[in-house]
Amino acid sequence: MDYSTQLLMSLPELVLAVGAILLMLVAAWGGQASTRLVSWTSVAVLVGAGIALAGPASAGGEAFGGLYRADMFAAFAKVLIFAAAAVSILIAPRFFQRTSGDDLRPEYPVLILLSAAGMGIMVSAGDLLTLYVGLELQSLAAYVLASFMRRDTRSAEAGLKYFVLGALASGILLYGISLVYGFSGTTLFDGIADAYAGGRSIGLMFGLVFVFAGLAFKMSAVPFHMWTPDVYEGAPTPVTAFFASAPKVAALALAVRVAIEAMGPALHDWRQIVIFAALASILLGAVAAIGQNNIKRLLAYSSINNVGFALIGLAAGTERGVAGVLVYLTIYVVMTLGSFLVVLQMRNAEGEQVETIASLSGMSRTRPGLALALAIFMFSLAGIPPLFGFYAKFAVFEAAVAAGLFPLAVVGIAASTIGAFYYLKIVKTMYFDDPAPAFEGRTDLVEGGLIVLTAAFVSPLGYLLIPVLGAWTTLAAKALF
Amino acid sequence: MSGFPILTLMLAVPAVAAVACLFANAQAARWIALIATLVDFALGIVLWANFQVGPDAPQWQFVEYAALFGKPEGVNIAWAMGIDGYALMLIMLSVFLMPICIGASWQAIEKRVPEYMAAMLATELLMIGTFAAQDIFLFYFFFEGGLIPMFLIIGIWGGANRIYASYKFFLYTLLGSLVMLIAMLYMAMDAGTSSIPALMAHDFPAQVQTWLWLAFFASFAVKMPMWPVHTWLPDAHVQAPTAGSVILAGVLLKLGGYGFLRFSLPMFPEASAQLMWLVFALSCVAVVYTSLVALVQSDMKKLIAYSSVAHMAIVTMGLFAFNEQGIDGAMMVMLGHGLVSGALFLCVGVIYDRLHTREIDRYGGLAINMPRYATLFLLFTMASVGLPGTSNFVGEFLGLAGVYKVSTLTALIGTTGIILGAAYMLWLFRRVVWGDLTKDDVRAMPDLSLREIALLGPIAAAVLWMGVYPDSFLKPMQADTARLVERLSRAAPAGDSKPTPGHPAAPKHGDAHGEAPAHGGAH
Repeated sequence: MDYSTQLLMSLPELVLAVGAILLMLVAAWGGQASTRLVSWTSVAVLVGAGIALAGPASAGGEAFGGLYRADMFAAFAKVLIFAAAAVSILIAPRFFQRTSGDDLRPEYPVLILLSAAGMGIMVSAGDLLTLYVGLELQSLAAYVLASFMRRDTRSAEAGLKYFVLGALASGILLYGISLVYGFSGTTLFDGIADAYAGGRSIGLMFGLVFVFAGLAFKMSAVPFHMWTPDVYEGAPTPVTAFFASAPKVAALALAVRVAIEAMGPALHDWRQIVIFAALASILLGAVAAIGQNNIKRLLAYSSINNVGFALIGLAAGTERGVAGVLVYLTIYVVMTLGSFLVVLQMRNAEGEQVETIASLSGMSRTRPGLALALAIFMFSLAGIPPLFGFYAKFAVFEAAVAAGLFPLAVVGIAASTIGAFYYLKIVKTMYFDDPAPAFEGRTDLVEGGLIVLTAAFVSPLGYLLIPVLGAWTTLAAKALF
Repeated sequence: MSGFPILTLMLAVPAVAAVACLFANAQAARWIALIATLVDFALGIVLWANFQVGPDAPQWQFVEYAALFGKPEGVNIAWAMGIDGYALMLIMLSVFLMPICIGASWQAIEKRVPEYMAAMLATELLMIGTFAAQDIFLFYFFFEGGLIPMFLIIGIWGGANRIYASYKFFLYTLLGSLVMLIAMLYMAMDAGTSSIPALMAHDFPAQVQTWLWLAFFASFAVKMPMWPVHTWLPDAHVQAPTAGSVILAGVLLKLGGYGFLRFSLPMFPEASAQLMWLVFALSCVAVVYTSLVALVQSDMKKLIAYSSVAHMAIVTMGLFAFNEQGIDGAMMVMLGHGLVSGALFLCVGVIYDRLHTREIDRYGGLAINMPRYATLFLLFTMASVGLPGTSNFVGEFLGLAGVYKVSTLTALIGTTGIILGAAYMLWLFRRVVWGDLTKDDVRAMPDLSLREIALLGPIAAAVLWMGVYPDSFLKPMQADTARLVERLSRAAPAGDSKPTPGHPAAPKHGDAHGEAPAHGGAH
């Protein structure tokens, strides 16, 4: 295979990386005035990267001696990642209008582009080192994004906390990688799979545990979730929306690829870890969210809860399970972005962002359309039909039942009742309580359009997408087996 | 009518109207809702008129199928619609009660009318969908979806303690249903299809049946509701607005019974026989316990809510009697109770609208200043008690007769429920309607308005129709019951009543003929 074909396979990341570097130069010389230009160009770059997926990037197979994989699985995950990244750029300008002293800078979209490039490499990794490089590129950009509001102490705290804990997790992951390498003699996924198929050894087992621990941190699965609520609360809301969507997809897709491609023969070993992480995430995400009174913290716990459900598909360890995870992630990303879009509209009379759940009181009377949208997202996150969130749960539980994991399925689904409680609390606050002061400011065209689009996707109309979604996720899952 | 998607149309009408309501003002929303529900009622009549009855009639009629939600592999959800006699009757009940509910909310609901009407229409859509679905997941989709509009109806337009009641309603029924979803996934994989008619013919291994049965039981027992998971019902009823109570008692409670009839019995006959004791035991406790609880209530709605639990216990007994009388009787109790309890809640609503209290002691002597009201209320009270000539008598008699064949003790305890029912209903009636008119504010209450008569009148007519000529209602279900009993026959328990046909007078000569009195007819 000649070099140019291999470059073509990694075209999406190339587009992103080159685009990010060029835009950084524009930002450096253009300064604050170039923010708008850089933002829209970044969105165009993301769209371009998405279009580049149509070529060899989605069907090329292995590139660079197995370091990089261009398959349907990676392509599907990248579509979600790029779309979420683009939305995170689009929703930023209005948020930063009212942050005292912290304006939106052209670095913001550039950092998101770099992060997206890292995530693209993560989900395409065919080697533990590619994995690590992608992960670090994503994480470093994310640490900066978390503390993007430099004058806000909460934002600074979020960035620092994210960085320290993220560095620790990276260390754990690297330690696991070194163990796996030491006992298998290779960092390529195929070679590692052969080593695991060859028999158990204590070193390989330890390596597996550490790798999964590191990945669990990145996707914020219990017991490595502690950073999530603080970072989500402190980070600027558009960044939180980004954290809750794109990196989650990347981390979960990466975990799926490592679990299936590199450690597939050790299914019974990592399944225990995944089952524990899944149930613990579902339960803790649900129980801890009940007491929250900040909507961003609540959504942070909700994201922990949702990771648990997605992991149920991985626990199945089958093609159907992987397809289920992808279905779940697709719907989850839309629901989460939609919820954060609504959170962005919460502004008091001075135009400042408010985050308390109490300020949502009676929103159904002051802003009926917005309340309806948030109610749709909440019922959907709770997995109640006829909303599309139900189908997400349906897909992963279908896989779990097909794999014979009945206790997991029963406990997992019963625990979703606890989760339903706090989603209902939001609906109750909006619909049953007496109105609080109405939120100020009109919703602009971009954000309004995105809310309508995401709400329509999770409404019962979404079910009409099942044939397309089913076909793509099945193709993507087949790429791993 | 074949080929015309009338069931989908019946779903589309409220769906479109619900969206239209959201964009209308209060008065327009009322009219949109009323017209939409009346159109659905008219479609229901068309449905009934075209429903074929008789030996040649197909079991499933008005069948529609579209693989709208198919994916390449695994379990699929299909847009599959179709009804049998049971579904037809329950759909008729729903579309009959809905316009009445809209009428009952005409003045009682003053705030946020468009949203209210949209929620009511969504409820109607989801109820019809539940009864008409022929795909097990489509059924679940509608079954569970019904929680959302009801949650909002109780929570927004309910009484003082509405938030607690709405949460309890939602979470109780959700927890019950979720385990059922896992069971459904297993069944669809085991049988390789999610079509309800195919699953009804599929034989699951006996030991698996027990687990599946329990999973379904968890859901339907809560919906029914059976003792001891009935506690959400009184709360929900008391807090819900009148029309919400009518829908809750009239139709939503029937989802549990319909579920037993559609899933538990035909799909798991062995498990049903094996766990019959559980159903009978819980039903017996429910009949006696909730009747006694109803006796001491001081809140009218609560009293009727507890009486619903008692009536539903007779339904579960009848369903698990494994014979024709029991099942037909259970269906008739469901239909009758749907009408009567709905009407009773309307009756409570009528006086609540005037005095804004549901305390029984605040009333008395209504017969003097509200004679028309007293007459209708008396009719529904008698129907609730099970007076011959009213709808509930037919159902309760058939149901208990069916139960007697299987378990005499259960039938005995079940029958005490009727006596206790007479006690609490008649006592309620005596305290509210009879006696002296001593309270000034009660004296000032006007008799039924034309609108209220228009609401209660049709129900009264239907109650009498069901009581006097139940055949109209039993006929569409006969073939289905026969099929169900046939399906259950392999697992049917022996029964302890051992009914024996009477002996004809022994002929003086010919001992050989006297050997087999049971075959007497064959000669």
